[in-house]
Amino acid sequence: MPDKKEDIRIGVFLCHCGSNIAGYLNMEELEEFSKKLPHVTFVQRNLYSCSEGGINEIKKGIKEQNLNRVVVASCTPRTHEPLFRSSCGEAGLNPYLFEMVNIRDQCSWVHMQEKEDGTTKAKDLIRMGVAKAALLEPQEPIMSEVQIRALVIGGGIAGMTATLAFANRGYEVVLVEKEEALGGMLNHLSKLGPTMTDASALAEEKVRAVTGHSKITVFTKAKVTLVQGFIGKYKVDIETESGNKNIDIGVIVVATGGRAFVPEGLYGYDGKRVITQLELEVLLKNGLASAIKNVVMIQCVGSRNEERPYCSRICCQTAVKNAMLIREQNPDAKVSILYRDMQMYGVENEEMFRDSKVKRVRYINYDPANPPEVEPDNVRVYHALLGRDMDLAADLVVLSTPIVAQDDANVVSQLLRVPIDENGFFMEGHVKLKPLDFATSGIFLCGSARFPANIREAVAQGLGAASRASIPLAKGSVVVEPIISVLANEDACRGCGLCVALCPYGALEIQNTEKGRKVHVIDVACKGCGVCAATCYQHALSINSFTDKQIEAQVEAFLN
Amino acid sequence: MLDVGRHPNIELLAYSEVENVEGEAGDFKVTVRRKTRYVEEDKCTGCGACAEKCPTVVPDAFNEGLGDRRAIYSYFAQGIPSTHTIDPDHCRQLNGKKCGICAKTCQAEAINFDKEDRIVELNVGAIIVAAGYDVFDPGRIPEYRYNEIPNVVTAIEFERLLSASGPTGGHMDRPSDRAVVAEIEALEKKVRKSQKALDKLEEKFNEPSAAFYKKFQAGQYQDDEDRQKWADKYAAHLAVIEPLEELKKKAAGFTVAKRLAFIQCVGSRDFRFYPFCSGYCCMHSIKEAMIAHEHEPETTSSIFGMDIRAVGKGFEEYKIRGGNNSNITYVRGRVAEITEGPNNNPIVTYEDTRERKVKSQEFDMVVLATACAPIKGIAALAKTVGVELDKYNFIKTSSLSPVDTTTPGIFVCGCAESPMDVPESVAQASSAAERAAEIAFQPELEKEKAVA
Ligand SMILES: Cc1cc2nc3c(=O)[nH]c(=O)nc-3n(C[C@H](O)[C@H](O)[C@H](O)COP(=O)(O)OP(=O)(O)OC[C@H]3O[C@@H](n4cnc5c(N)ncnc54)[C@H](O)[C@@H]3O)c2cc1C
Ligand SMILES: Cc1cc2nc3c(=O)[nH]c(=O)nc-3n(C[C@H](O)[C@H](O)[C@H](O)COP(=O)(O)OP(=O)(O)OC[C@H]3O[C@@H](n4cnc5c(N)ncnc54)[C@H](O)[C@@H]3O)c2cc1C
Ligand code: SF4
Repeated sequence: MPDKKEDIRIGVFLCHCGSNIAGYLNMEELEEFSKKLPHVTFVQRNLYSCSEGGINEIKKGIKEQNLNRVVVASCTPRTHEPLFRSSCGEAGLNPYLFEMVNIRDQCSWVHMQEKEDGTTKAKDLIRMGVAKAALLEPQEPIMSEVQIRALVIGGGIAGMTATLAFANRGYEVVLVEKEEALGGMLNHLSKLGPTMTDASALAEEKVRAVTGHSKITVFTKAKVTLVQGFIGKYKVDIETESGNKNIDIGVIVVATGGRAFVPEGLYGYDGKRVITQLELEVLLKNGLASAIKNVVMIQCVGSRNEERPYCSRICCQTAVKNAMLIREQNPDAKVSILYRDMQMYGVENEEMFRDSKVKRVRYINYDPANPPEVEPDNVRVYHALLGRDMDLAADLVVLSTPIVAQDDANVVSQLLRVPIDENGFFMEGHVKLKPLDFATSGIFLCGSARFPANIREAVAQGLGAASRASIPLAKGSVVVEPIISVLANEDACRGCGLCVALCPYGALEIQNTEKGRKVHVIDVACKGCGVCAATCYQHALSINSFTDKQIEAQVEAFLN
Repeated sequence: MLDVGRHPNIELLAYSEVENVEGEAGDFKVTVRRKTRYVEEDKCTGCGACAEKCPTVVPDAFNEGLGDRRAIYSYFAQGIPSTHTIDPDHCRQLNGKKCGICAKTCQAEAINFDKEDRIVELNVGAIIVAAGYDVFDPGRIPEYRYNEIPNVVTAIEFERLLSASGPTGGHMDRPSDRAVVAEIEALEKKVRKSQKALDKLEEKFNEPSAAFYKKFQAGQYQDDEDRQKWADKYAAHLAVIEPLEELKKKAAGFTVAKRLAFIQCVGSRDFRFYPFCSGYCCMHSIKEAMIAHEHEPETTSSIFGMDIRAVGKGFEEYKIRGGNNSNITYVRGRVAEITEGPNNNPIVTYEDTRERKVKSQEFDMVVLATACAPIKGIAALAKTVGVELDKYNFIKTSSLSPVDTTTPGIFVCGCAESPMDVPESVAQASSAAERAAEIAFQPELEKEKAVA
């Protein structure tokens, strides 16, 4: 080991960043200091290391000074590490023999008033970077082929839209639907708000497009039973009516939708006089009995409560739509909607809401602490504006129940090793920035499987998920940075699986090997977060470019 | 932003405008004006030395005018590209005065006062419009007195006040108080200047100004011209000091705003302006109230709304958490008017529809959740690009093809389509990218067919 170290030649480039660094730290002192660090054979200061001139100096240094490690002390790796890494590569040095030290954001900028102390801190940082650089090892990017075929699970509007999008881009798609027919919730609805499009017509149109497309294979009454592999290389078992299929898949979209909650035991629900919006859809589809003259709808039945705290987003729009459809079919029917907040967000919904008021749908706010009561002929509700109870005649009571997760959502979740949230909906990688991706590469989500969505949203998300999933298909391969977890000490691994359970990206699995149960890192799925290596009490796992040795060397350098 | 700036397949034309679009789906010719920054983009490293030295101070549009910037500036610290830009309306050099300090300061030699606009022609298969929204100007609602009461601010102004990198460093300083502090600073500057002049005179006559002035007022030195000037100067000095002391006394009592009111649907769900619901404002008010409470645990907030629309994933839970942990009260009702009470405290008058009473309540600061308005210039942009608008001036789409405009090959996403929050904008952006890719890759498919 020591004699090998002799060969290490580290070049340190100190960036002034104009005056951002040089204005607050003593650069001459840093230069002199760096020259004396172990293995450092070359030190240079640059006005801007990231400018074309600066980059050329680094390349020149590598070639002329025979450097085999490069340290740049400058700004943040968030913006500049890729540039410096690739520049090293262009000069013939393995890009992973590069180390960056942040003496700007974490030093000169925060110690503008303390030149001396700031300079001392910069020295510590540089010493640590150099100590780590000496132990860096070359890495090669990891590449893996992608099977150009997508799997969509769930054939509702979201899944069908995603399927068609893949096919329109020229990719093969397999669509798996567990029911007999495609269409999902659409099959049970009458007309769709806000445009009052016929739901069956829309479903039929989509189904025709899907089943008629040469790139699409549809399995109905089918079930995914096993998913093995990782992005680009999944082996999927599908149980179909015509026997079991085993298909190679590149990417997967989850579009399993949701189901309407059945309000057993609430507000005298009996499926006859007291029904759900979903049951009302069927009545409306077949034509409402003309005897129905007084309808009362109650919102938030089974939602926004302790058990199910979320707002299901679409039931208010559904109620408003159905209230108008009732008035259309039975023009002299009275319809009242008892609500907590009318969630008519956006342009179209608010418009429909206003329209319904013009069409004389009545709205009465109720307090969940004092909920309405369904009585044999009427519904009693406390009217806050009037300050008293009110009896509303009701020959039909319609309960607006939320969309809840599919009963088998946890099965799908386990098959794909993707998480579900506390309400049973699938959990995206990032609520704001990755709404249609799972944290695990290669798997995507859309529609009510993610969270209750209306048709407009389900369609948009179906397109969006297909778009996200098409990226690896279009590239034909996935290339990932090699800064990932590796099983550095196979003998130490006891196959306990603690790391597998904690990995947020589904990048670890336990395999039975000749040496017994051992963890296996799916390198293209690993994002190098380090959770596994930090957890492994056997120190069997290690992260490239962040090995225990390298980190220890940094800590030691700091303490010296 | 970083990813956009760095991606090899993305050519970023910032500070540019689309001037003309011709052609059809699969083959558009787009003319883009690259407005000059008077800074060479490939040379500028974004270090900011120029802005430090630039003598011209301009209100900072990024901070909603609540802070200042220089005539050479980067739009905001994390902006991509980090290139600086000279504001031609304010730069001295560009307005015929002698300056050029930035050019002398810039070590990268990136400043170029002669640089002109450039016209770029692009050939593209598909176009996505993502021009976003504007915030509604609440000055149009007379009863809220946004232009008259300093402590009535918009939500976007409040976001800047909450931001650690904003004009107050994240402190909930009230605009009326900040105005006083600014006045104090201006007066102190004046005082320092006059003190300097007085110092010289005191040295010259070897006497403190106060003592001299007493004598002067008693009738001495009446025909000494120099001393006459001295007396005038001293009188003027006193005339500044007195109000300054007053203001300082007042400022000593300033505390950060702790009693906040958030008013929903300002310009939204309002027939006079925008009848639609802007979708995201209920949530941003809750968020702002929660952050304000994190900054200052004594903060209490009242959110006045007709409905609190917490419809996204996890939103209802968030709203309840805000009520339980962040001293937020949700008040159902519409605010009738805002007036100004003592200490510049806004007073909110509203009808409590639960208790059926008209009530008034005093706050330290009122935040207006302004509507998501179609972006200025959208009509011109729509005309240039060749797409239709809906009746509110958002880009027209339909429920069943939510990102397709009225023109094939041109797609839309985000608030240019209709009001929506960030996750929905992000999801829609992917949808629009999908539709665009279907077009952009079509020719290849056709080629394949032709070969087969
Ligand atoms: C009463 C009611 C009225 C509505 N009215 C309107 C309206 O007027 N306008 C509007 O825009 N929206 C309306 N909606 C919402 C609309 O139904 C949804 O937006 C839409 O159905 C969501 O589509 P999806 O594809 O995400 O899910 P779904 O339609 O639920 O489809 C999911 C599909 O996946 C299948 N699936 C589930 N699990 C599996 C599995 N493990 N393997 C294989 N397949 C599986 C299901 O069988 C189903 O076919 C209404 C909803 C309800 C409940
Ligand atoms: C006070 C406030 C707080 C908010 N807080 C949150 C929050 O906490 N969470 C959340 O999810 N949402 C929040 N939102 C909503 C959020 O701002 C929007 O959802 C989001 O910004 C929409 O993104 P966009 O890309 O559609 O539009 P924008 O963000 O408006 O972006 C549009 C871009 O297009 C550019 N542009 C415009 N016209 C042209 C043109 N002609 N040529 C070239 N470029 C052009 C603009 O300069 C701008 O950069 C908040 C909104 C407000 C007002
Ligand atoms: S959409 Fe309306 S009915 Fe449904 S949970 Fe939300 S508030 Fe209640």
